[in-house]
This record gives sequence, C-alpha cells and structure tokens, in this order.
Amino acid sequence: MSRIAFSQREVAMSDLRRRHVPILSTLAAGLLALLPIVAGSPLVPDFAFLVLLAWRLLRPEIWTAVMALPLGFYNDLIAGHPLGQSMALWTLLFLLLDFVDTRLSWRDYWMDWIIAAMAILLTVAGGWYVARLMGSAAYFSVMWPHILLSIFAFPLVARIVLALDRWRLSR
Amino acid sequence: MAPPSTRRPGFSRRAQYGLFISYVAAVGGVLFAGLLLFVAAVDPRGFNALKGAALDFTAPISASGRSVVRFFGDTGASLSDYFNAASQNAELKRRLAASRRALIKAKATEHENRRLKSLLRLSEDVPEQIAMARIVGSTFDSSRRLATLAAGSASGVMPGQPVRAPEGLIGRVLEAGRYASRILLITDGANNVPVLLVRDGTPAIATGRGDGTIDLKTLEVGTNPFRRGDILVTSGIGGIYPPGVPVARVVAVRRDSTLARPIANPDRIDFAIVEAVYQPAAGEAIAPAPAAAGPRSPAGGAPR
Repeated sequence: MSRIAFSQREVAMSDLRRRHVPILSTLAAGLLALLPIVAGSPLVPDFAFLVLLAWRLLRPEIWTAVMALPLGFYNDLIAGHPLGQSMALWTLLFLLLDFVDTRLSWRDYWMDWIIAAMAILLTVAGGWYVARLMGSAAYFSVMWPHILLSIFAFPLVARIVLALDRWRLSR
Repeated sequence: MAPPSTRRPGFSRRAQYGLFISYVAAVGGVLFAGLLLFVAAVDPRGFNALKGAALDFTAPISASGRSVVRFFGDTGASLSDYFNAASQNAELKRRLAASRRALIKAKATEHENRRLKSLLRLSEDVPEQIAMARIVGSTFDSSRRLATLAAGSASGVMPGQPVRAPEGLIGRVLEAGRYASRILLITDGANNVPVLLVRDGTPAIATGRGDGTIDLKTLEVGTNPFRRGDILVTSGIGGIYPPGVPVARVVAVRRDSTLARPIANPDRIDFAIVEAVYQPAAGEAIAPAPAAAGPRSPAGGAPR
C-alpha cells in the first residue's frame, strides 16, 4: 500500500481517516455497552474506557485533556451511568496522565500496562464512589473481578488500537 | 517510546496560550461534571428527558441482539435437559405431587381469606397491569444493577412503578424514555424492598449487594430468624411494591448477615410486567399540603 496518492480525493480521504479514526473507534467501543447481556455481577470491561486509554498512552499528542469531556458525556449516555461520571473521571485521568508524562521520559510495554492498571483501578474506584453517592450500598469487593478482567483485557485492546493506528497512518 | 512533550509546545506564544486554555477548559469541565453529578444525586429524575432519549435510541440495538443470545442460551439449556431427562422426570413427578397437595391447601386458605376479608369489608386493590415487555440488556461494567426494558412512557411506564415477572419481583422503573426504560433491579445496592418471611411473617428489608445477591436485615436486633431455603415475599409496606410477590430465597445464613438470591432471574425470564404503584400516595411529597391533609392509609404513610 505504499504508493503516492493518485488524486486530490484520495488525499482528502486519507486525511479524514488520519483525523477521525481515534474518536470513531472510541465511540464504536462505547456501543459495546449495548451488548445484550443481562449480567448479575460486574464482570465485562468498559471497552470505551480501555480504547480511550490505549489511544492516550499510544499517541499522547492527538488529544488534549478537554477531549475526554465530550467522550465521557457520550459514554454516560450510552452506558447509563449518572450524567457526569465518565466526564469527570476521564478528564481527571487525562490531566493526571499529562502530569505523569512530564515525570517519565521513557515508557515501554510493561510501563504502559502498569499505568493502565492504575488508571483502571482509579476509574473503577471513582465509579464505585459515585454509585455510593447515588445511594448504592454495594461493597467495593464486588468490583475486583471486573478490575482484574479489565487489566488483562488492556493488552488486547492496545494491540487492536495499535493496528488501527498503523492503518490510520498508512498511505 | 519517548512521548512527545505536550507540556511545552515550543516558543510560539500562541501555542503556549492554547495549551494553557485547554487546561483551564479541562478543569472547568471537571467542575461542571461534578455539578451534574451533584444535581443527579439530589434529584435522580432530573435528567430523565435526556437519558430517556438516549435510551430510546440505544435499546433497539440491544433488543435485536437479545434474541440471538436467548437462542444460544436456550439451546444449551435444552441440551443439558436431554441428558438429565430420566432423573429430572422422577424429580419433577415428586415435586408435582407435593405442589398439588400445597395447591389444595392454598385454595382452601384463599377461600377462607375471601370470607374473612368480606367480613372485614376490606377492599382489595388488584394491581393494575401497565405494560408487558422484554428485558433487553443491563449494565455490566459498574457496581449498579440496572436493566433495560423495551417499553417506555408510550405504553404508560413511569419512574417508580414496580416491575415483576410471573415468578417474582424484578425491581422498579428508574428512568423512562418514550419506547424504553431503565429498571433498578432488586439486586442493586440502592434498592431496599420491604419483605416478609413467608414461614412466620417476620418483617425484613432486602437490599441488593451489586453482585447478584441480596442482603437481608431484620428490623429487630437479636437472633437471626432466617434458615436456608426460606422464601421472602413483599410486604406492601412503603406503598410501591404490591404485597405477596415472591422476592428471594435464602442461600446462606451467617451470624450477622443473611444472603439471598432473587427468585426471578432477569436473565432467564421471558417477559417483565410493569404494574401501577401499589399505593399512589407513596409517590407524592412526604409533607402534604394543609388543605389536602387527609388520613393516609397505613401502607402509604410508612417510611420509605
């Protein structure tokens, strides 16, 4: 696929792809919350969050922290969280990751995974606390299977995001 | 990989200001989201219009996939039924005989009840059935236990109405869109259902634990009255849930806590039935206007 574009139209198409694949893939992952599963306990990862995190760790320069706000709003509406939950947690996390990036000059695969695990733990804890504010008396211990599964799902999601990124930048 | 620095975008003043403004906007956005959460905590029905619209938009997607999941789930169940046919047959025959005896006894009791009620001239409200629909999805990535029902305000579903299956109680309506609604399941930590122990009528509160089980708390301190296998039904206190609907079966009894499982499993039921609120006064404000202050029924006036 390494050839020079033939027309102006092709240049425009590849530009669109380059710009919008990260957002569109996050929005599509958000739709996975509509899977017709009726679950008794929290288990399945929050895919929109994992995809967002993978993009943020892979390409820190494409989004500023503000971008998490509309994406969080979308996730709250689709997944049925209290309005504002993902908005606040995701934006705070992006600000925190901006800070982490100033402290770390190099990140490798394992470092990314550790950062992602911390981010998952913080976000789930935040979601649990918001549920508690809304009157839910659930113990935090019910969230552990969900946290572990999300942490182990992250490398897989990061792989998919990496493939999407290569496709996005290919000519 | 060394991440490109987003901290210092070079010597351009414009780029530096742009970055600064984006941080200001992000912090402002977090504060705004916190405000939204505060509003949602104070008034849970505040964003009903917006969330209902999102629900209308997304529920059909879940509904179309649900039939596929149901097909595969049922195929698995019928395969295992085939292999267990002989032992299951014997077990079912034994249960049928037992339930036939119980049915005769129940019919006699019902007859007697009707006679006694007519003596007391107690009017019995049969709960009005509002809608019947499939459960098409649920939350599975948070500690809340909310399910999506494929019926909304177009069929008369309103927030607060109890939802049940023929087997037992499922929960109550939390948000209603036009064609879909969200249900607070009885396994959610925010749902407190007043229940009765069928065996001896001990009152208790059933609170969800968020992981598919229910915590039972008696109203008096002391000995734990529950035994494994006990059935709990709604008591009708609080005025939302009609009395006598099966809620849960006790699965584990410890010294200070009792675990139960819901009798109607939202994953396996075919149809959920939305009923009218048992005592409509329960949905009104706690303090009635002085002019309209009449004698409240004991069920409607109880604390929720």
